[in-house]
Formats: sequence, C-alpha cells, structure tokens
Amino acid sequence: MKVLVCVKQTFDTEAKIELKDGKISDAGINLIINPYDEVAVEGAIQLKEKNIATEVVIVSAGADKAMDAIRTALAMGADRGILVKQDSAADEFQRAVALAEAIKAENPDLILAGHVAADDGSSQVPTRIAEILGLPHVNVITNIEIAGGKATCTSEADGGTQVTEVTIPAVVSSQVSWNEPRYPSMKGIMQAKKKPVATVDAAAADAKVKIIELALPPSKTAGIKIEEDPDVAAAKLGDWMKNTVKVEVK
Amino acid sequence: MAGTWVFVEQRDGNIRKVTYEMLSKAKSFGDEVSAVVIGKNVEGLAPEFAKYGADKVYVVEGDVFANYNTGAYVVQLAAMIKEYSPNAVLFAHTFNGRDLGSRLAQKLEVGLATDAIDAEISAGKGVFTRAIYAGKALSKVEVATSPVMATIRAGVFELAEAAGAGAVVKPAVAATDADVYQTVKDFIVTVSSRPELTEAEVVVSGGRGCKGPEGIKVVEQLADLLGAALGGSRASIDSGWLGHELQVGQTGKVVNPNLYVACGISGAIQHLAGMSSSKFIAAINTDTEAPIFNVADFGVVGDLFKVVPLLCDELKK
Ligand SMILES: Cc1cc2nc3c(=O)[nH]c(=O)nc-3n(C[C@H](O)[C@H](O)[C@H](O)COP(=O)(O)OP(=O)(O)OC[C@H]3O[C@@H](n4cnc5c(N)ncnc54)[C@H](O)[C@@H]3O)c2cc1C
Ligand SMILES: Nc1ncnc2c1ncn2[C@@H]1O[C@H](COP(=O)(O)O)[C@@H](O)[C@H]1O
Repeated sequence: MKVLVCVKQTFDTEAKIELKDGKISDAGINLIINPYDEVAVEGAIQLKEKNIATEVVIVSAGADKAMDAIRTALAMGADRGILVKQDSAADEFQRAVALAEAIKAENPDLILAGHVAADDGSSQVPTRIAEILGLPHVNVITNIEIAGGKATCTSEADGGTQVTEVTIPAVVSSQVSWNEPRYPSMKGIMQAKKKPVATVDAAAADAKVKIIELALPPSKTAGIKIEEDPDVAAAKLGDWMKNTVKVEVK
Repeated sequence: MAGTWVFVEQRDGNIRKVTYEMLSKAKSFGDEVSAVVIGKNVEGLAPEFAKYGADKVYVVEGDVFANYNTGAYVVQLAAMIKEYSPNAVLFAHTFNGRDLGSRLAQKLEVGLATDAIDAEISAGKGVFTRAIYAGKALSKVEVATSPVMATIRAGVFELAEAAGAGAVVKPAVAATDADVYQTVKDFIVTVSSRPELTEAEVVVSGGRGCKGPEGIKVVEQLADLLGAALGGSRASIDSGWLGHELQVGQTGKVVNPNLYVACGISGAIQHLAGMSSSKFIAAINTDTEAPIFNVADFGVVGDLFKVVPLLCDELKK
C-alpha cells in the first residue's frame, strides 16, 4: 500500500509575528513541518513499520525552501518526496488543486495530512483534495486501522469521539494526539540526502479568496498583579470577579 | 438573492449557541435571514430560530441525515443552493462545520473564509476577519464567489433576540444512501455536567502547577462554583489529568469566554493562542515572572492550593 503525506512548511509555533510592507515577515523565522503534518508523517512511517504500508511519499506545495520540510520528513523515514512549486501566497483552493494534481499522478492508497495548518489555520485543504479526487475523507483523527480495503478512523467530533469507516483510497487528516513524532536520527538525516525528490510545477487555478489587509491584534496589556497573603489575595480576586467581571456564583 | 443562510449545528436536537450568534449577526446585514436545519426529527426546532430573527427556516429531514455525514449533507446543500440561490451561507467553525463547509466549497468551486471572528456581508461579497498564526495576526479577506461562504468562531458575536417570521420551507430531499461515504460505527458522547469549552461564559483551566489529579480537583471546585467549563494546558493533558478534548491552545481549542482563569499555567505562547482573546483573564501562579501575567487582567502571585479554596469561600459569601 502506498501512503502519501501532505506536508506544509510553517513558521515555528514560537515565532513572533511582524509585519513588513503590509506582509508577514519571515526574516529570522525558524521554519518547521506543520505540527499536525509531522504527526501524519509519523503515522505513515508506523504503518510502514507494521508492514501495512510499502512506501511513504511526501508532497509539499510551496517555494524552494519547502524542500527542507520534505527532507525532514525523509529523515524521519519517508521514502521519497515531491515538491510542487507554488507561490506561498496561494489560497486553499489553489493549493488543493495543485496538490490533488500531484496526488492523482501518484495514485496512492491512502492520503494523510494535518487537519489544520498552524499558520493560516484554514483547515480546508485535505477536504478539498478529497472532493477534487472524488474520495472519502475523515478529519481530525487520533487513530487509524487499515484492513480489508477499509480505514477505520477514531476522530475528535463535536461533543464526543467518533469511529468512522471509509473505503480506501481516502484522505485522512490528523490531530496531534494521534502519536508522538520521532526525531530524525543522524543516520536518517544522512540517508535523507540521497532519497529522491521530484519537482513539479503547480497546476494553474485562480484564487477564490483575496487578502485585503493584514494587521497585528491589539496587544494585551498586563493588568493588576498582587502578591499578598493567600486570604487577602483571594478576597481581592473574589471581589474583582464579583464586581468587575460580574460572575454568577452557582 | 435569497439572503443569508445559517447552517444549524445540532446533535440529537441540541442546538449549539453559535447558531444563534450567527443568526443574530446575520440580521445586521439587512437582508433576509434563514436557518437551515438538516437531520432527523428536527422540524420541531424551527420556532427556536425565529426567536433570533430567522425569517425562514429550511427544514430537511430524512434517515440519511440521522448522523452527520459529509457526503449526504453536501449533496443536499448543493442542491438547495442551486434551487434557492442564497447570497451567503454561514457555518459554525466546529469540526462538522469546517468539514462540511470545505467540502461544499470545493464542490461549488468557491472560496471559504474559515474561523472568521468578524463578518460583513453585502450582495455578492463577504469581508471576513480571520485570526491567523494562532491569533498572532489578523487577516482581513474578501470572498466574492457565489454564494459567499464562511465558518464562524463561537462566542464572537453577541446574541440578539429578534422576532422573525420563521416560515418553514421544506426543500426536496436530494441526498440518498449512495451519497454517504463515511459509516459511523460508534459515537462516544463526552459526558460532562459542565458547559462546552468553546461556548462557555467562564473557563477555568489547570496546568502543570496543579501537580496531579488532586490539584485538578481544586480547580474543578472553582469551575463548578462559577458554572464554568474546565480546561487545561498541554502539560496537564499530556500528564493524563484531563481528557484531550479539554486542551486549550494552538493545538487544542480556542476559547472565547467572558472570564478565563488560569491556575498553575505559565502562559506559553501556544497556550496564549487559545485564550488570549478572552474578555477578562485571571491568573494564579507562584512565579511572579510567569508570562501569563503579561496578559492577565488580574494576577495573583501565589499557591493555587491555598488561593483557590479561599477564593471559593470568598465567592460563596
Ligand atoms: C507545536 C506545539 C503546540 C503546542 N500546543 C499547545 C496547546 O495547544 N496548549 C498548551 O497549553 N500548550 C501547548 N504547547 C506546549 C506549551 O509550549 C507549554 O509547554 C505548555 O503550555 C505548558 O503548560 P503549563 O503552563 O501547564 O506548564 P509549565 O510551563 O510547566 O507551567 C507550570 C506553571 O505552574 C506554576 N506553578 C507551579 N506550582 C504552582 C502552584 N502550587 N500554584 C500556582 N502555580 C504553580 C509554575 O510557576 C509555572 O508557571 C505546544 C507546544 C508546541 C511545541
Ligand atoms: N502547501 C501545502 N503543501 C502540502 N500540504 C499542504 C499545503 N497546504 C495545506 N496542506 C495540508 O493540508 C493540511 C491543512 O491545511 P490548511 O487547510 O491550510 O489548514 C495541512 O496540515 C497539510 O497537511
């Protein structure tokens, strides 16, 4: 079974966001694999270790530097990569079209992705890919089992946990609690350098969403901070809750 | 153009508050507002939407809709959009809302602004504000494809009661069993006596400073006194003191309560991503340098094991 994983390169979650000329500046920012995608890569590698998957292919759409994210996934244990060259300003529709095109050429049995990107937080691309390819999808999974041409997925749902079955090929997006991604070993990093990565151009598509303005949120300022005996502190905090916040006490 | 549609988020007839928030907001666009409810045995819910100004309520019932499933719901909505041509369709930014919204948007080849925290809709155009980079930046986007589509974050719009006609419309059922591609094998409802995190007025959270389940109990007492939802930092979730669905932050839930109380939480940037838009923030932490104090409206430097029980006594007075 061939497993393909969609990996987006994102800013480190610690990154401080700054604007330059109305755009988000990437100067000095450490770039990482989107944390959810890292979990998807780990999930794919584990399927291979269990002899369920035979090959793990990484696909990333983005600028040349997205190659680093692909290499990291290869160092974790994936077999080969595909870089879909695309302007990083592409919207969800454009990204989904470009990725779906690359995926179609690979004809995988399972497509894994993260359920949301930590940067633009859109949570659309995997579902859009599934629709383009006419495949079933399940989002926000915390476990997957593959047997008899079916994927049984445990996923987070509104108000509970859901177990869903779909036929494969299918698109499945991950939640971080699925697994604990491994760190690439020294050996893995060396091997990754020799693993094949193909580069293709993104399929053309028009953007559907236009960014008109980027801004930083008003910075939150520190309020009152007290350091007093617990009874005094509790009294003052209680007073603030009752009179300023106006909480209702049950 | 047939106004703004609000897709109703419900499970077993329990309607999510965000549905009413969306209806309230949609009213301000000055166009017709409709609620769209799909499910099994849901017609009885219709009067609820009229209370928040729904002029029309589209009711679609059938066995195929008994469990939320993307396939059938997408086919149904796509057929209705074709028939009635709404100007805009809004979903809640819940698991189901984003799932449905993005598959439908792709089917119609239109744009979708997800996790919007502000919305302004006019004929043929929507302008939405989205919190990106986990709330570290705001992106104002324009969606001008038809219909205008977005998913809306819970808790960002005020509830406003307004009497609407609530005229029930019953569109033809377009989906069949063949459209269902996800078979729900099991649904384990999270049983809690507390409100849901993303919809709560007050959220009380415990972090590593709780030191174990005993410390979480202390925090729970405060939560119950305030009728609050319980939440936690990744440290307390990873330690197994709280269920994963209670994680607040970048890789957990984004909460938007009137009051957020952080107990024994340092205030890592990934945690702040999930709660810094709360109206009021209180923090109890032994470390005067903890970054949580930079965002707290009221900070107490102190031991939660001492301060929280005393605070409960104080509130009971
Ligand atoms: C990709 C990524 C995603 C992440 N996503 C999330 C997320 O969604 N949510 C999240 O929360 N974290 C997330 N994290 C983890 C985050 O970086 C922090 O590690 C985590 O928030 C720390 O939790 P904490 O504040 O409970 O623990 P700590 O940072 O260990 O803080 C514990 C605090 O308790 C205080 N304390 C100790 N004893 C007491 C006492 N008796 N009374 C009062 N205070 C006391 C200490 O002074 C300290 O400030 C993420 C990290 C990464 C890398
Ligand atoms: N440019 C991209 N390249 C590869 N995968 C992507 C890209 N954009 C999004 N994805 C995948 O889609 C998931 C959700 O992204 P998004 O819809 O942008 O929040 C990510 O976690 C990735 O797995």
